[in-house]
Amino acid sequence: MKKLLLVTTLFASSALLPAFAADYKIDHEGAHASINIKASHLGFSVLTGRFNNFSGTFSYDENNISAAKIVVKVDTSSFDSNHALRDKHVRSDDFLDVAKFAQATFTSNKVTAKADGKLVINGDFTLHGVTKPMTIDAVKVGEGSDPWGGYRLGFSGTTTISMADFGFKQDYGQVDLELHIEGIRQ
Amino acid sequence: MNKAMWKNTEEKFGLMSKLFHWLSAITVFLMFGLGFWMVDLTYYSQWYKTAPHWHESAGVLLFIVTILRLIWRLISTQPEAIASHSLPAKQASKIAHFALYLLLFVLMTSGFLMSSADGRSIEVFNWFSVGGLGDLMENQEDLAGLIHQYTAYFLIVLSLLHGAAAVKHHLVDKDKTLSRMLK
Repeated sequence: MKKLLLVTTLFASSALLPAFAADYKIDHEGAHASINIKASHLGFSVLTGRFNNFSGTFSYDENNISAAKIVVKVDTSSFDSNHALRDKHVRSDDFLDVAKFAQATFTSNKVTAKADGKLVINGDFTLHGVTKPMTIDAVKVGEGSDPWGGYRLGFSGTTTISMADFGFKQDYGQVDLELHIEGIRQ
Repeated sequence: MNKAMWKNTEEKFGLMSKLFHWLSAITVFLMFGLGFWMVDLTYYSQWYKTAPHWHESAGVLLFIVTILRLIWRLISTQPEAIASHSLPAKQASKIAHFALYLLLFVLMTSGFLMSSADGRSIEVFNWFSVGGLGDLMENQEDLAGLIHQYTAYFLIVLSLLHGAAAVKHHLVDKDKTLSRMLK
């Protein structure tokens, strides 16, 4: 009886503890994460670019998805579209103005699981000094032990922003953001 | 045309030096205007690609011209400073002339490093191309761009002072400073 009580107490308390969700650090050192952008080039083709430097953490528990959280900080000066003069223009005060706004951040405030297993991540996105609500459609890619003694978990997510929402001097419509994120459990 | 008119003498500049001087002067001011205007062009402007292409092309050609100009200067007689100039005026003009050349080279080098930061070569009026050195530092195009911008301002201000000084010598002191570069 005593034993049963102990087991029940342990079970009950552990279910209440938020520490049940594991914390992960995004593996940007190993470049197993990327933040890519896609924009229309005059309607003729799709231009892609990426942010080379960013960091972030997330916590996730398969059994308690609504407790999941993610924070990502992006170094805006690391924008790279494989064309120096274009990158310079995008970093200038016509667009990102990285001298003034060196960081873009995303902080989730609600994560929900849909019936098909996909995730909807709601949060606040700050870019160019402007904070707007953002919804990321995400999907878990894989989870498990890696060959080097660590434990990894990865997601992919997409969202779209309108340049007009963020007060840029020049506005070329909508930009798709694509996130591929792999975290190492801490 | 006799051969002698191309060469400098101890009193005045020859035709070659005058051509180099005025070609550089006109190019620098046109380039400043073009550069100042083109950095604010929107992507939809029909000049968005053409203006920088001309600016870069003219910059490379001016670099070649300036090298030839310096060689010409080295092998030529330099007209002596006008005797009536005060010693401070002579020294100031020497420093100013050196600074004009220096700023010109910083300007052309930073422009080149900005445009070729990703290793893309510069197409000179679709005539020949100059290969880039690539990325020598992180975000090279941003730093080179900043240096290019401020060097251009310094060069324009110093060029205007240089011109104003020549006009002052012509109108106030009534000496040959300006006229020996003109005729």
